[in-house]
Amino acid sequence: MAKTMFEKVWETHEVVPESADTPAVLFIDLHLTHEVTSPQSFTLLREKGLPVRRRDLTFATMDHSTPTTTDQVFGGVPIKLASARGQVEQFARNCADFDVELLGLQDQKRGIVHIIGPEMGLTQPGKTIVCGDSHTSTHGAFGALAFGIGSTEVGHVFATQCLLQRKAKTMAVNVEGALAPGVSAKDVVLAIINHIGVSGGTGHVLEYRGSTIRAMSMEERMTVCNMSIEAGARAGMIEPDETTFAYLQGRERAPQGAAWDAALAAWRALATDAGARFDREVHIDATQIRPMVTYGTHPGMSIAIGDTVPVHAGDSVYAASLAYMGLQPGQAITDVLVNVVFVGSCTNGRLSDLEEVASVLRGRKVAHGVHMLIVPGSQQVKREAEARGLHEVFAAAGAEWRESGCSMCLGMNGDTVAKGQYCVSTSNRNFEGRQGVGSRTLLASPLTAAASAVTGRVTDPRSLLA
Amino acid sequence: MDPIRILRSRTVVMATTNIDTDQIIPARFLTTTTKEGLGAQLFADWRYDATGAPKPDFILNTPAAQGCQVLVAGRNVGCGSSREHAPWALVDFGFRAVISTEIADIFRNNSLKNGLLPVIVDAATHEWLLANPGAEVTIDLESRELGLPDGRKVVFPVEAFARFCLLNGTDEMGYLLGQGEAIAAYEALHGKQPTAATA
Repeated sequence: MAKTMFEKVWETHEVVPESADTPAVLFIDLHLTHEVTSPQSFTLLREKGLPVRRRDLTFATMDHSTPTTTDQVFGGVPIKLASARGQVEQFARNCADFDVELLGLQDQKRGIVHIIGPEMGLTQPGKTIVCGDSHTSTHGAFGALAFGIGSTEVGHVFATQCLLQRKAKTMAVNVEGALAPGVSAKDVVLAIINHIGVSGGTGHVLEYRGSTIRAMSMEERMTVCNMSIEAGARAGMIEPDETTFAYLQGRERAPQGAAWDAALAAWRALATDAGARFDREVHIDATQIRPMVTYGTHPGMSIAIGDTVPVHAGDSVYAASLAYMGLQPGQAITDVLVNVVFVGSCTNGRLSDLEEVASVLRGRKVAHGVHMLIVPGSQQVKREAEARGLHEVFAAAGAEWRESGCSMCLGMNGDTVAKGQYCVSTSNRNFEGRQGVGSRTLLASPLTAAASAVTGRVTDPRSLLA
Repeated sequence: MDPIRILRSRTVVMATTNIDTDQIIPARFLTTTTKEGLGAQLFADWRYDATGAPKPDFILNTPAAQGCQVLVAGRNVGCGSSREHAPWALVDFGFRAVISTEIADIFRNNSLKNGLLPVIVDAATHEWLLANPGAEVTIDLESRELGLPDGRKVVFPVEAFARFCLLNGTDEMGYLLGQGEAIAAYEALHGKQPTAATA
């Protein structure tokens, strides 16, 4: 019978199939872990006297509460935020006690968990990958089944390398057509979320398909899969192809030599079979997508930058959302004056994102009064960006360039947006208070973020592209 | 974890749609390394003013909300971050059930593991509950029924194994640890045993 890619990956990881009474026992090939969602899981292991069953399949980094200023990371200055310091130190102790491989604060390979997995070649097609982090969906860009779990489940995977899971439904997201210049993967995924809604993917694994997706680089595909959870889907997958294999070949933890050839054969068989049935299908015309920006307090509240804030008379929840954002129905989003621009996160913190930002900033200045923070997704991204001289472009424009981490995406480390301020952000969530108490987030692509930094207001980047 | 069989409680209504886990507990409180005491930070940005004083008009600060175990929330509650701190905070505050028409996947899973029952109901029942805050409801996990004050019973779905665990106050870890032989057999069959260097 014709099978979807999800079904193929699922079936090869069933330790025990599901029944009416019990969920499947699903084997996990790669367990990524970080300092925020693991402390209680390590405590559980200690209470029960259990080891980490598969240390070789467990990989740790610190990213959420880590500082991004060089003095705190490399300069010997203690982490200023005491609670964050305690969490980082406890995580290092936990990893040492349980003999889990950790990229510590000063490690040259450290970075955001969803950036370094692919970068090191740990993320591979056909794997099951979990992390106590909802943006684990990112790794689905390689044809892995990757999803976020809670801390109790982190404990389950530590102890047994398995999870109890019910099989999800499948949804094909067919995206067809060439993107217009200045339109990027971030705009595509914001358009998808707008189309299916912030709970439209609940209970489903998405498979992004179609010519638009096939034409994307791995970094672009990761941006798309990253935000699957913002449509309610725990996982989003993309069929692995030559682009995928070319990205992975030669990476540190990717298979080498004969193992590479064997892996490649297996990976080529993962694609959804012709005639396989999805539980649901949606179609997106990519040729119609323009640069997008969010105006509200969830990622589904987005418009093309040339459009006005929608009017929904009589909807009190909608009115409250706009009131939080300080916006009026019917107003042009380009009227919004920007206070902060944040470039980074697991959504858009990779080298190609930084190159796009530099392409706009080169020879230009960040507008007076705008604070622009650029945070690479990993130390490796930082080095590559600096090798290309991007940091000099950023400095010349007046933007701040930091060490890697989640930073202002969620402000856990103290990198926050002040109350009432507008931040055009390349991150993934515009929830109330996400970037700091009272912060107002407008999600956009790296190009849009850079263009808005230059003009000081929400700006369609096509107006600045030569 | 205490077993859940029957809950009887008045409801607290928060009709806002898409209540995300960043609202349930903001990220700045996630530097904690324990599960305890998070009820104080539940809905912190909605519940307290800039000085940290409780806002008197926020529902959880009103006398009517005290002692309530059932939260009726707008559609798609628990979306966003996977933080299990969200159900930990709700349970620490005193909630044992969340009712909505849609409950986000990861939050629902996390809730079931912490004695917080996610109850998904049809739109009509939901509308009635939203319109009648403080209604005395009964949630019977054994029969999977939500009982309304007028005697109506509404059946809700709950995953069989999670229900078994909640009814018995047991957790899934014991079951998974009991699968040790099957896991080892799977690892051998698929060539996924630990390598000598890492075993």
